[in-house]
Amino acid sequence: MATGAVPTAPVEAPSDELDLVARAKKGDGAAFSVLINRYEGKIFRLAMNITQNREDSEDVLQEAFFKAYEHLDQFQGNSKFYTWIVRIAVNQALMKLRKRKSDRTISLDEQIDTGEDMVIREVAAWDPDPEERYSREEMNKILTEAIDGLLPIYRTVFTLRDVDGLSTEETADALDLTVPAVKSRLLRARLQLRDKLTRFFKRKGDDAFAYM
Amino acid sequence: MLTCKEFLSELTDYLDEKTSSELQAKLQRHITECPNCWVICDTTKKTIQVYKGMESCTIPEDVHERLMAAVERRIAAAKERA
Repeated sequence: MATGAVPTAPVEAPSDELDLVARAKKGDGAAFSVLINRYEGKIFRLAMNITQNREDSEDVLQEAFFKAYEHLDQFQGNSKFYTWIVRIAVNQALMKLRKRKSDRTISLDEQIDTGEDMVIREVAAWDPDPEERYSREEMNKILTEAIDGLLPIYRTVFTLRDVDGLSTEETADALDLTVPAVKSRLLRARLQLRDKLTRFFKRKGDDAFAYM
Repeated sequence: MLTCKEFLSELTDYLDEKTSSELQAKLQRHITECPNCWVICDTTKKTIQVYKGMESCTIPEDVHERLMAAVERRIAAAKERA
């Protein structure tokens, strides 16, 4: 882990979450801090994915947790706290984008490219364990750079769905997209990442060849 | 037999095991007969796996500290109002 960075806990099975929310609703700041520590890293990454600006992302992070605290009574506990706050953070991040380009409504989908992004450039089998060829730091760099090369909408859908482990329906809800829209963006994101990673992970001796 | 394009359009549901058993059988038949789609399917599956194993995300320390201080101020202000 990089020095000067604070790790965040995984999102899975926070069985204590309802209890933490209940305590935070009664004004228990310590309980709310636990929720912050658990999700701040993911929310900051999400904000960076959308705004691509560190200062804006920090604002989004703070505003998302302020809003969450102020509206805790609206959290019913029928979804994960993370799914709930993601929706707040996405709205905040889109507001930032709108402010930056003050003349029109912005959706995450506006930059979508429907033609060329399904093209498969490389078809080559990978090593059975591609991770073993690289150190942990190198792997993280490869994976991060590949994700950073995607359009924000693909990056956001892929991160929520495949990295954070939200369901397709939860991702659709958080991003205000339809389920089919999430699926098609997820497919494009996965294929583009696969294409980018093939350069690093393909079996030695296999040549890439043009396809489709 | 499905075309490669048809196979690709179903790839996400296939990998997430969300297809009907009838469609799944068709997709499986396609990859046993099409080496390119087999490779695409296999490497896409591995793509998802390597990202699942990615190091948990981190937040810069200064961003974390400013967030905690700002939230603390907000909570204190809310308590004063109440």
